[in-house]
Amino acid sequence: MSATPGPAEMPSPVPAAPPAREVAVVAFAQSRHTRDTAEISEAELLLPVLQDALGQAGLRAGEIDFTCSGSSDYLAGRAFSFTMALDSVGAWPPIAESHVETDGAWALYEAWVKLLTGDAGTALVYAYGKSSSGEVRDVLSRQLDPYYVAPLWPDSVALAALQAQALIDAGATDEAALAGVAARSRADAAAGPHARPTGPVPHGPYVVRPLRTGDCPPVTDGAAAVVLAAGDTARRLCDRPAWIRGMDHRTEAHALGVRDLTDSPSTRLAAERAGAFERPVDTAELHAPFTSQEVILRRALRLADGVRINPSGGALAANPMMATGLVRIGEAARRIREGASRRALAHATSGPCLQQNLVAVLEGDPR
Amino acid sequence: MSKAGGTSKAAPAKATPTKAAPADTTPTKAAPVKEPVAVVGVGQTRHVAARRDVSIAGLVREAAQRALADAELTWRDVDAVVIGKAPDFFEGVMMPELYLADALGAVGKPLLRVHTAGSVGGSTALVAADLVAARVHRTVLTLAFEKQSESNAMWGLSLPVPFQQPLLAGAGGFFAPHVRAYMRRTGAPATVGSLVAYKDRRNALKNPYAHLHEHDITLEKVQASPMLWDPVRYSETCPSSDGACAMVLTDRAGARRAPRPAAWVHGGAMRSEPTLFAGKDFVSPRAGKDCAAAVYRQAGITDPRREIDAVEMYVPFSWYEPMWLENLGFAAPGEGWKLTESGATELDGDLPVNPSGGVLSANPIGASGMIRFAEAALQVRGQAGEHQVPGARRALGHAYGGGSQFFSMWLVGSEPPTA
Repeated sequence: MSATPGPAEMPSPVPAAPPAREVAVVAFAQSRHTRDTAEISEAELLLPVLQDALGQAGLRAGEIDFTCSGSSDYLAGRAFSFTMALDSVGAWPPIAESHVETDGAWALYEAWVKLLTGDAGTALVYAYGKSSSGEVRDVLSRQLDPYYVAPLWPDSVALAALQAQALIDAGATDEAALAGVAARSRADAAAGPHARPTGPVPHGPYVVRPLRTGDCPPVTDGAAAVVLAAGDTARRLCDRPAWIRGMDHRTEAHALGVRDLTDSPSTRLAAERAGAFERPVDTAELHAPFTSQEVILRRALRLADGVRINPSGGALAANPMMATGLVRIGEAARRIREGASRRALAHATSGPCLQQNLVAVLEGDPR
Repeated sequence: MSKAGGTSKAAPAKATPTKAAPADTTPTKAAPVKEPVAVVGVGQTRHVAARRDVSIAGLVREAAQRALADAELTWRDVDAVVIGKAPDFFEGVMMPELYLADALGAVGKPLLRVHTAGSVGGSTALVAADLVAARVHRTVLTLAFEKQSESNAMWGLSLPVPFQQPLLAGAGGFFAPHVRAYMRRTGAPATVGSLVAYKDRRNALKNPYAHLHEHDITLEKVQASPMLWDPVRYSETCPSSDGACAMVLTDRAGARRAPRPAAWVHGGAMRSEPTLFAGKDFVSPRAGKDCAAAVYRQAGITDPRREIDAVEMYVPFSWYEPMWLENLGFAAPGEGWKLTESGATELDGDLPVNPSGGVLSANPIGASGMIRFAEAALQVRGQAGEHQVPGARRALGHAYGGGSQFFSMWLVGSEPPTA
């Protein structure tokens, strides 16, 4: 038995074969993301979002072949939190259903694979997070190595600050450039109804140096839902389906000490496998909760200056944990469906300092 | 909504491998034909109350390495890792797959984490199988674990939820009333539960990986054990275990290279229904029946009692054997307990249930479903050792979770699926 590949080692990127079956996003809905939804349960948060997405596709719950969701028990502060959310789906008669304990972008990946097998023609994907239930900075520290790191309670902003400082020290950005990212995200978010930019100005006071309030995501409760469909079903349900041309996700080592925090090789590899570099994209929805992470992702994804980054405002404007990545795919698909984009890239991340990354490439039919 | 087709029954005769045929045929856009999925490696840890000698990472790596060794593959041969476990509160680690990426050789690879309550071990294997079936990846490592000694599962399940009934002193408190309902509905005598426990604990003596090895077990001892949640006795209850289970799944070409016989996936399905609602049948949930029916349809099974040679069933409390025998279509409603009582489900009976000793003899919760799936695979590969059912050709792996609301099952065979 050979040894495990070294922690920093990434396999050489080999472009993946195109998917065996055409699958598209045909509907997308999200909640009006807010700071606190203490008065409603997860099921109540989800219900209008699910109805919106299904309504867009002209489907009822019982007509969906496969359902998959993403969420985290640690946000809810209790075990099996997803079982109650299932009530909002209306799982009677029983449904074919699964759940991933991470961002809903990975639930969409599981559903996409299910559609590729041919066992399902439609899928409902949803995700939600009520970050307000706890102190999210502290809660996220529980996902670190439980023996050596988590007992020290390093919080998520501190870890991101470590990454941002490494980026600044490497000469890849500076605080003024980061403030520019924050300002652009806020301006874009203000134009839409879903996001909720907080605080007076992009700069603001330091939270953890070099990150200021404007560099950090708001604490957000929210939910999102996507309907996927294959082939002619997608054409029937939607005027302009957002076809998933490729999708892939990759993981890096967990320990921050063995990673180059100024780079994101897993994002680059996922993009390669998803076919993102085969033709230029015009839009990129990046799951970058911190301004500095957008800088890293732009470089890893080789995004040209003309690419429209996070027209929705991105995670800096609304960060409903476990739904933020799914929202990126939904927003990219929305741009395609509205004709604002012909080829868009959507990215989702999980884990400290961009440990795990997913890339999807979406296209509309030529007009 | 019509299904788009592509079940194993719809597959053309190309399932028979020929040297001229390329390993991967490119399916058409209209009607994808699934790649047959083979189990070529199985690995388990020795399940015990507390593995204080290893970390969580050490535990999962042990099972993974055994599965790779069984398949005679290395970490480099693995294209993706799919991992499952039950609630994160059981170990006190949020999304532990992130921390486990290094230990599972997942760096630079896709790593997907599944969570569907107690059925998760089965669901995880099915998600991994889909990756191969859809030809997204060729060889996938799938793994499920629970290291209950890191924390306290009782408290992990007892965090207060507003406006919802508590779990009533653990899972036993939740399920005991449904056992009572079964007894009342079917007229089953009070002795049936102890028969199941006595059988499974004796089977476990033949399985080196089982947690409980009660060499002095007798039926009288089971029946004399303390009553925990009436009618469920101490010896009719699963233990709390640390353990992990892993499998290597691969495509046709991978199966051809495998050093030992493969188990072929002939059918797999998941079904869910709400936990609580008016009209829910807790004794025989419809989601379980629908799930079994979907698996049998895919596998071409019309008479499960005659056509299936071994069953690895998720039985955490002994009475769930007769209950699931009915739910899975092995017995008519009300007749499951008679099948158990007849001895048919003994290791030497004509429908052996839980030859491994089952969940009653080892319950690393998140892994328990995958152990059922893996033990079914071992049976049809002829690799089950002392608890092998002679000549087993088709075996069912079954898992359930939540308040009897999540189900996952697969049917594996010794031969590749054909048209």
